[in-house]
Amino acid sequence: MTAIGSYFKIGPARLFVHAAVLLIVIIWLIPTLGIFVSALRDKDQIVVSGWWTAFVGSTQTAAVRLGTPDQQKQEGASYVISGNVLEGQAGRAVKAFGNRIQQPAAFKAGETADLGDGETLQINSDGSYRYVKNTAFSPDQRPKRIYASVSAPPEFTLQNYNTVLRGEGIGQSFINSLTVTIPATIIPILIAAFAAYALSWMEFPGRGLLIALVVGLIVVPLQMSLIPLLRLYNEIGNMLGQPSKTYPGIWLAHTAFGMPLAIYLLRAYIAGLPKEIIESARVDGASDFEIFVRIVLPLSFPALASFAIFQFLWVWNDLLVAMVFLGTDKDHIVLTGSLNALLGSRGGNWEILTASAFVTIIVPLLVFFGLQRYLVRGLLAGSVKGG
Amino acid sequence: MLLQIVSALGVVFAAVIACSAYFYFSNKILDMALPVKDGDIRAASRNLNRRALVRPWLFIGPALFLLVVYLVYPVVATFILSFYDRAGLQFVGLANYKWALGDREFRQSIFNNILWLAVVPAACTFFGLVIAVMTDRIWWGNIAKSIVFMPMAISFVGASVIWKFIYEYRGGNDVQIGLLNAIVQTFGGTPEVWISIPFWNNFFLMIILIWIQTGFAMVILSAALRGIPEETIEAAVIDGANGWQIFWRIMVPQIWGSIAVVWTTITILVLKVFDIVLTMTNGQWQTMVLANLMFDWMFRGGGDSGRSAVIAIIIMLAVTPIMVWNVRRANRELKGH
Repeated sequence: MTAIGSYFKIGPARLFVHAAVLLIVIIWLIPTLGIFVSALRDKDQIVVSGWWTAFVGSTQTAAVRLGTPDQQKQEGASYVISGNVLEGQAGRAVKAFGNRIQQPAAFKAGETADLGDGETLQINSDGSYRYVKNTAFSPDQRPKRIYASVSAPPEFTLQNYNTVLRGEGIGQSFINSLTVTIPATIIPILIAAFAAYALSWMEFPGRGLLIALVVGLIVVPLQMSLIPLLRLYNEIGNMLGQPSKTYPGIWLAHTAFGMPLAIYLLRAYIAGLPKEIIESARVDGASDFEIFVRIVLPLSFPALASFAIFQFLWVWNDLLVAMVFLGTDKDHIVLTGSLNALLGSRGGNWEILTASAFVTIIVPLLVFFGLQRYLVRGLLAGSVKGG
Repeated sequence: MLLQIVSALGVVFAAVIACSAYFYFSNKILDMALPVKDGDIRAASRNLNRRALVRPWLFIGPALFLLVVYLVYPVVATFILSFYDRAGLQFVGLANYKWALGDREFRQSIFNNILWLAVVPAACTFFGLVIAVMTDRIWWGNIAKSIVFMPMAISFVGASVIWKFIYEYRGGNDVQIGLLNAIVQTFGGTPEVWISIPFWNNFFLMIILIWIQTGFAMVILSAALRGIPEETIEAAVIDGANGWQIFWRIMVPQIWGSIAVVWTTITILVLKVFDIVLTMTNGQWQTMVLANLMFDWMFRGGGDSGRSAVIAIIIMLAVTPIMVWNVRRANRELKGH
């Protein structure tokens, strides 16, 4: 269809579809956007204004003290203290001011306010002020406290990440998560691929039964396994004189829990490889091991990649298995565990929570956007086939 | 920090090497133990046959071992544990099951689970289908799909932080920094502490899972929609069917199988859902679900393995029909090949 052709197809119904999809996209994007924007904001600003106002700047009420009486200068009959309330704060502007907390914005910037007792105060929007009295300021008078409504330009900072990565143990957790995730992604692929090959191309008694077992185990809830396995781990730990919560322990757990789906997906793919290639290799005297390594493994790359992404996301995002089999001490706690702990301990500190959430989300999102094609292919191979 | 990274890399490397080494050397050893030499033809062919008998089990051995230890054995062990006391030592018969039936929190969890099962799979499938149909018809549909699919990559804990921020509540006259309350306030409503309103708070938690899972439903259903032969739709258009009729009478029946797959997959996920409730409310304000109750009893007061085993068995019972259906479907498929 030509561009002009499709142009003419724009009608109210089509416009409605565009608008509806746009609305859906915005709804789906906004929650995540909130986290990303907030993590880059100053922590004082997060609590006083919604993140959606971050781009237009914010207004906040600041309490400031004017200069001390020893700065006063005599000008004709009156005495003047002058200076700038925004000293050292570039880009900000005073919008209004007041001398009582109840009315922090009683006077507009530039206006001359009559404070009684012969005192007047003028604050300009650039922050410069003139505090005037018709008699001398007494030397023991405390500096005057006033309130100013100050508008700040949009301001973004990386400070929150700095805090989180150094202070809140998120950096350590990041490494822990990687240590859990990488072997727990590679090992199951290797084990499942060998099993999938055996289940598709080797003849042995009980093959059909094994396939049925694998399919049945796909849906077994993880919760089933926790108590008996925890006991088993403790017993083995006691026997070997080792702690029961170790990295190899959780690698094996993740490998096993991912196994049914891995075998199922890979078997569907490997069984579909052309029969001629494998049989002619056999005729040429190649052993099953050689066929697997030299022919099947390279040919199955798309399926391996799609399962690798699944397993990676699944392990990286897991909380339950890590909590049970790796524990929550500092040297082992994974990112999701840290984040969950922060939700409990720093529930109101949104600068900490949002920056931490960003750190946990960024790796899977990069994987997702980089390898989305394979992810979709893997989903379709597993779910649609046969309907 | 650097030392940690290096040592982490070390163990990661060692683990992967060890796994590869198993397959390589087990096959090598088999070949050496049963040699196939040119000299003695009879011995060679006997050894060749023996190799063919053993090798499949070398290939499938590690997988089978893991499946049995981590999935089959626990199902049996949990079932047995459910008849024992809290320490798992004393046989108590059906006492734990009786406790469950009488427990208020357990009934609450069952009720909430049913609520989740009724709402989440249906909502995800519905939204997934609608979005799939709409995005398939516009030129920037793939970009839109990517964005709707994106939450699939985000952990449930991460998603919980994201949505907790949306539901954030500020008391008094403070400015609302939670989007939902800000919107409510803009339209003249009163801000609420959304996640502590009994009954309705369940729905606020469900929204998180729907947000995550709709993309999955959309991808699968979109592929299914593309598989529909165009002739059937063209025929319907010629017969004068409108868009609505085409959708419900022609498209939906043809992708019924895929809808069932999406629905079951999300149903299983809902039964396992744990992280969202843990991070958002930890089961407070009547939001407890079975998976969390089970986890709770695993560690509550030093742990009660009998009671948590009962809850695990209940979850297992709920997925059993799906399991049977799955195996049957796979069998039919294998025979068809």
